[in-house]
Amino acid sequence: MSSTTEAEAGRRPIAEGLFTWPDEEPRLIGSRCTACGEIAFPRKGACLRCTSTDLEERLLGTRGTLWTWTVQGFRPKASFGLPEDEEFVPYGVGYVELPGETRVEARLTESDPARLAIGMEMGLVIVPLWNDGEAEIVTYAFAPTKEED
Amino acid sequence: MGTQANGERVAIVGVGIYPHGRHPGVSASAMATDAIRQALTDAGVEWGEIDFAAGGCVLTGEEPDSLVGALGLTGVPFTNVRNACATGGAALLSATSALRTGHGELAVVVGYDKHGRGAFNLPPAQFGLDDWYGEQGMMLTPQFFAMKIQRYMHDHGISDSTLAKVAVKAYSNGSRTPSALRRTPMTEEQVASSRMISPPLTQYMFCSPDEGAVAVVLATERKAATLGVKPAYVRGIGLRTRSYGSLEVFSPSVPIAQTDSPTVPAARAAFAMAGLEPSDVAVAQLQDGEAGAEVMGMAETGLCKHGEQEALIQSGATEIGGSLPINTDGGMIAHGEPVGANGLRQVREIALQLRGDGGERQVPGEPEVGFTQVYGAPGVAACTVLATS
Repeated sequence: MSSTTEAEAGRRPIAEGLFTWPDEEPRLIGSRCTACGEIAFPRKGACLRCTSTDLEERLLGTRGTLWTWTVQGFRPKASFGLPEDEEFVPYGVGYVELPGETRVEARLTESDPARLAIGMEMGLVIVPLWNDGEAEIVTYAFAPTKEED
Repeated sequence: MGTQANGERVAIVGVGIYPHGRHPGVSASAMATDAIRQALTDAGVEWGEIDFAAGGCVLTGEEPDSLVGALGLTGVPFTNVRNACATGGAALLSATSALRTGHGELAVVVGYDKHGRGAFNLPPAQFGLDDWYGEQGMMLTPQFFAMKIQRYMHDHGISDSTLAKVAVKAYSNGSRTPSALRRTPMTEEQVASSRMISPPLTQYMFCSPDEGAVAVVLATERKAATLGVKPAYVRGIGLRTRSYGSLEVFSPSVPIAQTDSPTVPAARAAFAMAGLEPSDVAVAQLQDGEAGAEVMGMAETGLCKHGEQEALIQSGATEIGGSLPINTDGGMIAHGEPVGANGLRQVREIALQLRGDGGERQVPGEPEVGFTQVYGAPGVAACTVLATS
């Protein structure tokens, strides 16, 4: 099983319940309102659209298009988790539209503005963030799925 | 205390500002007290005559009603307001409503703050988010506003040059405004080539957090007529929080079916209350925490249609001599953002413009209707319509 492999590899998600883990093909864990059908990420306790509390878990699609993007060019302050002794590297951030579901805010694996464009096709990946001394902390991100010409 | 004034119109009759900047060693309440004293002097009234007060201070943790300890213990009712970027608007609404419903004839509204250098450093829990959101580097307003304007530019044909021109105008107007923090004019090239913070926004397209205070004195129409000051009537105020589907900061996901920013219904409500239209506006102050906000705000408030900003800004229409002057005091880009003071700074500037007291930055042609808009996290907006009659 891949789960054993992942656990042994010493990787740990930044938080429980954001994406299926360990998993060979991780999926984002959202919720779907059984009353109005609205889908949100991460999983919610109430539907912010119709206020129903009857929500079911929904594993989101892994492919989408880049709806908007930017690059985080400076090191964020206190709530940022990167250990002080690790060098800050600018990262891309965007909203990726998962067709028929929702737009998910995520880190992007690409941080070169020249290689990012609204509408480009993206796929879900799990990426390392930093090492906390015990494990490599990982999170969800989106990567371009087509090679640039 | 004066006689009942139910339903009577309310006007701004005095304004005061503690210059926006960095003031180590000056307490927030000292700045606020100074701004209030200036506003009282401007109106020609004394603290002892004030029937109602409302004030807001968002970041320092001070209680605005404690200012009575510096101004005099007259027993005046004093409402503390804390409504993020909409604090000034909410305080103005509180005091205006008080005068309209018979709580006296004169009111003071004050907003003040001290904000350290650099971007907001907000704990995720304060906005109902878990720690992981901040830990992975998404708890940043500049990052979000960059993504918002990036999409807007794509949808509505706004150029990088237009963003830069918004900032150039802010520094130019700031150079004519004694209360501004940044008073050195900059060229479009200087703005565009400054450090890229989050594409498409460069360093000099952002406002700089700082410190300051603003106060205004309100009077009923009847009282205003006795004061010998040209009144700026508070004709409309609209406050709104976000609706489901509006694209807001600190959102791990947003619905595909997008709805309007809270600025849209807030502006609509303010114009409806005033019985006026966006086309009546001769001078406006809009939220400009970064250059993109001003561009989007122009259309969200109804001052133009989506996409028209490109031609308006490129042609200079939003400059002081243009057909739709915006942020004549240099806005937030020149003044910085002491959060509690911000909305009232806009109101003060409009009051001065309507009086003809804009000095070097006075809009020509004796403007009769002005408008203000603030907008911020986690999706609040406040708009006002002010007029000479």
